[in-house]
Amino acid sequence: MAASLRVLRRRIRSTKNIAQITKAMEMVAASRIAKAQARVQAARPYSDEFTHVLTTAAKAGASDHPLLVAREEPSRAGVLVVTSDRGLCGGYNANVLRETERVLRELSDAGKQTSLFVIGGKGVAYFRFRNRELSGQWTGFSEVPDYPNATRAADTLTATFLAGGEETVQRPSDDDEQQEGGSSRSTSFVPPEDAEGLDGVDELHVVFTAFNSVASQTVTSRQIAPLELDDEGSSEEESSSSSEEREAEYEFEPEPEVLFDRLMPKYLRARVFAALLDAAASESAARQRAMKAATDNANDLVDNLTREANQARQAQITQEISEIVGGANALAE
Amino acid sequence: MAEMEVAIVGVEKRLWSGQANFVSARTVEGDIGLLPGHQPMIAALNEAGVVRIDPTDGEAFHAAVFGGFLSVTAESVTILAELAELASEIDVAAARDELQRAEGGGDDVDDTAIAAARARARLRAAGENPGH
Repeated sequence: MAASLRVLRRRIRSTKNIAQITKAMEMVAASRIAKAQARVQAARPYSDEFTHVLTTAAKAGASDHPLLVAREEPSRAGVLVVTSDRGLCGGYNANVLRETERVLRELSDAGKQTSLFVIGGKGVAYFRFRNRELSGQWTGFSEVPDYPNATRAADTLTATFLAGGEETVQRPSDDDEQQEGGSSRSTSFVPPEDAEGLDGVDELHVVFTAFNSVASQTVTSRQIAPLELDDEGSSEEESSSSSEEREAEYEFEPEPEVLFDRLMPKYLRARVFAALLDAAASESAARQRAMKAATDNANDLVDNLTREANQARQAQITQEISEIVGGANALAE
Repeated sequence: MAEMEVAIVGVEKRLWSGQANFVSARTVEGDIGLLPGHQPMIAALNEAGVVRIDPTDGEAFHAAVFGGFLSVTAESVTILAELAELASEIDVAAARDELQRAEGGGDDVDDTAIAAARARARLRAAGENPGH
């Protein structure tokens, strides 16, 4: 009896410690949400305006730039997955990875090969454990991403996208300015070093967790290149802006081809950055929820264990009393 | 006087928005001045440049804009930039140091050229004379 009482007390102590830690993590996550949410909102105008400008330009039939017009018979698609670096955030990563698998299946059913690009340690570990080849991986900034982080990832994507499905990424050498091959285009964009030799892609998708509110985040997969001119967007367009604006002739400076070559890397950076910010806010929200549940569970456990310990303690006292009474009775006789 | 809606939008946040009478900027093809009712246009700005805005109420001000482009419609001008700083936010001393360091040379010629251009744009936006 005495032994079990000691064991119970030890368990209560360690459970209390766990509750303290999870409570602290909950608080940290909660304060991160507010900051991350503010960043998402502050960054939204840029991404929205950018997409709006490009959509308008594409509708105006400004150019047949690969960013704006879907390629015929896409053979390979790139998928960027945004996960977290650390665990203890409930189903956050599992949900993203499940959606990723669905997207990958869908793409391969459509006869496209896939290249995987992964942000976040958890995603990298997941795919490495399954011996899946990763075309690119970036870790270490999932909770507080900044623009240079997004730039690094996005530039690799841009390089593969410009190369096209049948080709691999090649860095232009100094003496070889003229690029051969019909699908590769000469642009001012220089692919980052680690992108060299990667398979090119015809489409780019991104899977991340969109942050709707503290209570609701949804795993989202989107095609970011070529630009998706979805019906939803166009109907919105018609209602929100006057027809006059839609019909207006756009002027481009410099000419559209060059302009869109310049805008494309920026556009992908903006989209990747927006996805990273959303994912960071969602990660903190998921972690806060998971840690709140953990704290609640630990406190419940402490309550139950305390009750058990009290019972054990009282049983011990009862036994001691009956032993004393029994002993006294034996002596009295 | 006619007005237009002007906004400077950076990657991290919207820097400024409001009504203005006039906007001037330097695109890759040359200086451009924009008045209300301009033809719709999308233009790439210089990698490091200065934008001037004359708001309807208040004094004209400058902003240093890096890696930006602008989108113009008849009633609005939107300047999108990877990095942008209003003149009032620019640390002149730091920009001068930066310029000196960049001009002092470094290993990577491209990087220092960009850094120098950025520092110059900052100084010009802040109303200082960067030289050259």
